Amino acid sequence: MIRPRAALLVLLVAVAAGALTLTAGPIPLPVGGRVRAAPASARDSCTNCHDGLGGRLAVPAENIPYDAHTRSELRCAGCHGGDPTRVGMDAHDPAAGFRGKPRYEQIPQFCGRCHGDPAFMRRFNPSLPTDQLARYLTSQHGQRLAKGDLRVAVCISCHGVHPVRPVNEGTSPVFSTNVPATCARCHSDTARMKPYGIPTTQFAEYRESVHGQGLLRRGNRQAPACNDCHGNHGAAPPGVASVANVCAQCHSATRDLFVRSPHKRAFDTLGMAECTVCHGTHNIAFPTDVMLGQEKGSACLQCHPAGTAGLNAAVGMRGSLEEVKGAITQAEGVLKRASSAGMDVTDARLDLDEATSQLIRARAVTHTANPPEVQKVTAVGITAAGRARAAGEAALAELVFRRRGLGVSVAVIAFVAVLLWLKLRELKRTSG
Amino acid sequence: MGVRDWLNERLRYEAAETFLEKKEVPVHRYAVSYYTGGITLFFFLIQVFTGLLLLMYYRPTSDAAFESVRLIISKVRFGWLIRSVHVWSGNGMVAAVILHLLATFFGRAYRKPRELTWISGVALLAITLAFAFTGYLLPWNTLAYFATQVGTEIAGDVPLVGKALLVLLRGGEDITEATLSRFFGIHVAILPALITLLLGLHLLLVQIHGMSRPISVRVTGSERFFPEFMLRDFIVWVALLGGLAVIATLVPWPLGEKADPLAPAPAGLRPEWYFLFMFQALRMLPARILGLEGEMVGVTLFAIAGVVLLLVPFLDRWAARERSHPLVSILGVVALAFAVVMTALAFLTGL
Amino acid sequence: MDVDEVGERPQRIRRRTFLDYSFTAALAALAGAVLYPVVNFLIPPKTKEVTSQSVVAAKSAAIAANSGKIFALAGKPAIVLRTPDGELRAFTAVCTHLACTVQYRSDFQHIWCACHDGHYDLHGQVLAGPPPRPLIEYKVTVKGDDVIVTKA
Repeated sequence: MIRPRAALLVLLVAVAAGALTLTAGPIPLPVGGRVRAAPASARDSCTNCHDGLGGRLAVPAENIPYDAHTRSELRCAGCHGGDPTRVGMDAHDPAAGFRGKPRYEQIPQFCGRCHGDPAFMRRFNPSLPTDQLARYLTSQHGQRLAKGDLRVAVCISCHGVHPVRPVNEGTSPVFSTNVPATCARCHSDTARMKPYGIPTTQFAEYRESVHGQGLLRRGNRQAPACNDCHGNHGAAPPGVASVANVCAQCHSATRDLFVRSPHKRAFDTLGMAECTVCHGTHNIAFPTDVMLGQEKGSACLQCHPAGTAGLNAAVGMRGSLEEVKGAITQAEGVLKRASSAGMDVTDARLDLDEATSQLIRARAVTHTANPPEVQKVTAVGITAAGRARAAGEAALAELVFRRRGLGVSVAVIAFVAVLLWLKLRELKRTSG
Repeated sequence: MGVRDWLNERLRYEAAETFLEKKEVPVHRYAVSYYTGGITLFFFLIQVFTGLLLLMYYRPTSDAAFESVRLIISKVRFGWLIRSVHVWSGNGMVAAVILHLLATFFGRAYRKPRELTWISGVALLAITLAFAFTGYLLPWNTLAYFATQVGTEIAGDVPLVGKALLVLLRGGEDITEATLSRFFGIHVAILPALITLLLGLHLLLVQIHGMSRPISVRVTGSERFFPEFMLRDFIVWVALLGGLAVIATLVPWPLGEKADPLAPAPAGLRPEWYFLFMFQALRMLPARILGLEGEMVGVTLFAIAGVVLLLVPFLDRWAARERSHPLVSILGVVALAFAVVMTALAFLTGL
Repeated sequence: MDVDEVGERPQRIRRRTFLDYSFTAALAALAGAVLYPVVNFLIPPKTKEVTSQSVVAAKSAAIAANSGKIFALAGKPAIVLRTPDGELRAFTAVCTHLACTVQYRSDFQHIWCACHDGHYDLHGQVLAGPPPRPLIEYKVTVKGDDVIVTKA
């Protein structure tokens, strides 16, 4: 016969044991632990049970189909261990490798157990890099986490969890066009960033910048997001000395031009960051000619006062640009007049395109801070624009030629009309 | 036996020659109106001539039409001249046919026995306007595209048959390449065939009945048609030829931009000047009249006006009795004033 | 008022004949003034365009292997090139970055844009640099000696 008090005790113990098991911290991770891959087609006991639990505990089970790991046939047990073929709490058997829910600071190791193992990863996606954990440990996030700061990002902060969506899917928080918003979740949060003294304007600035517009508005995945300049897993600001190297990955031509300029040595000596001093860091706007010269809005005025050789050089370069721009506008006007008069100016338009190409090139060459070199390029542009204008003017001259032909024709016609009239008079006279 | 005799034996034109030699043209105060028909014919002949030349280079597809016209005016020698003359002469023909309408109307030239001449004339007016409307689309530029859209929309407002008419004209619901094909076929084949028949009939009737003279005008004499009046006609024609050459060279007709059906309609959109009075009148009508759609009422009224115009010889009973009733003149003046005022308003108000 | 009789005054006859001659001459001049433009119109113009969307880019012999040539197609610059293997290809020469005109670089053996160091491979795909989109490829047909490039 079962004694009520004993039964109650057993029940209490069972509940406590169950609760402890469910909420207990993870067993120390076995090194090189084996992973049980469950067949994807079979609904395993994990999903069966957790689905029925509802609420927070059902979320992982509901999202299994969207998880990147499911595609590799790694389901719950693949990360959390345990035995998905057994029902109930038997599945949570530590002997079967059950690891449960990792503590926040252990998450990088939890993921890195597989993702940092090249031999293991080769079985699923050979092209995936396996250095994420190593990089992470060098990053600001990783270093602070090691010191005990639990407010920094770990893997799941950016990649999401339950599901961890594949990176190349538009719904992943780290899909290229989503990256800025994902970083901004923390880095635009003033309250969160206050203890670290990090500004929170980056995302707002980036969104209006030429890179932000390219990536977010036009979907141009070649435009850099936060990770392209700051690093993915090894995220840290590039630093004053090396930011230009980062820019030069894409803007190589401009960098090569800059290196030839007197600014390079000056910036190195003064410890100034190369590209960002004139173009900004996160708020890089589409450059305009106003940035060069002595008007308000010029980047040169930051260092070069009026009357100095430096500013004069800037004014000189800007002058060359304005010259070729003027030549282009003039030629365009003539061509437009000729075109609306019906003349064919398509060949001349090619010359005008050439002139515009030279203008764009000249703008890049201004990074050499060498007025004669800029002028060499603009001179080619001015010649091309001149050719276009000449063609337009020749077309207009053709119109003048037509008027002369018209004069001859009208003379002939008038002659005929007069003679007709004379003939008429003659006829009237003879007929009486 | 000369060439003339040889030809006459085979063509038997002597009777026609005798007839022509006898044909006389009355001389009076309003005799200048006799030139209006010839002027219209002159412009028409120019259109045929220049049109055949343009046909050598024009391509009637939505891809190539605009480019082919551009080729004509920029690369083909004197292409600019032929095209410019064609457009200006087209406008001239419409102006001339309107003048001719006014001259014959106010001169009551439609009265017995010339009713059929009048009816064929009204048909020729319609054909001329159809020529102008279909030809306007052929360069496939923005203005033409949207003007055609407006014009065919108005055609669609005709009660009962409007929708069918619109689809028939457009070759579909919208203006597409099919419309261009259709307009091209109408412009270079169907209308020329029709006009050949009707113009032939019209000219034949003019020869048969001779020149009408306005009622109760004092005829001060008459002139032989051949050769005196014909020489006068030729002087006018040669002068017009000169005028055409001058205006076609000094004011070349612009090419515009290639039509883009996906682009929104440009501001200031309107049909050519000869349709403006209709366009303006329809614009000014309220949206609903007596429960019916305003535009439909307007188009119906215009259609009725057209039928009235056709039947003028039968409606003007006084003219048949050689009496010139002032009511007819007043109605004519009112109609003319309406058209002029509407056209002026359309220009002044713009869009 | 003169009467049409056999014995016309001699001046009149001379004047009439002169008038007739002049009249014929005038008509001939008018005919000439009309026919001259018409005949010239009918002579087909020398145009490089086969249709509005295609053009004879160059003579086949003029494009050596590993070289390219810029030409105009529908009013915009285009480039025809012969790969090092001898195959003819054509693309738009309008760089997808800021619309500079690209060129063929025989040292790179691919297409390059001078403005911002953009590189495109021989299929028009972007290799390096700022261009956001590849170069659109055109169709190349060789007819005898002529290399004809067609859009789309």
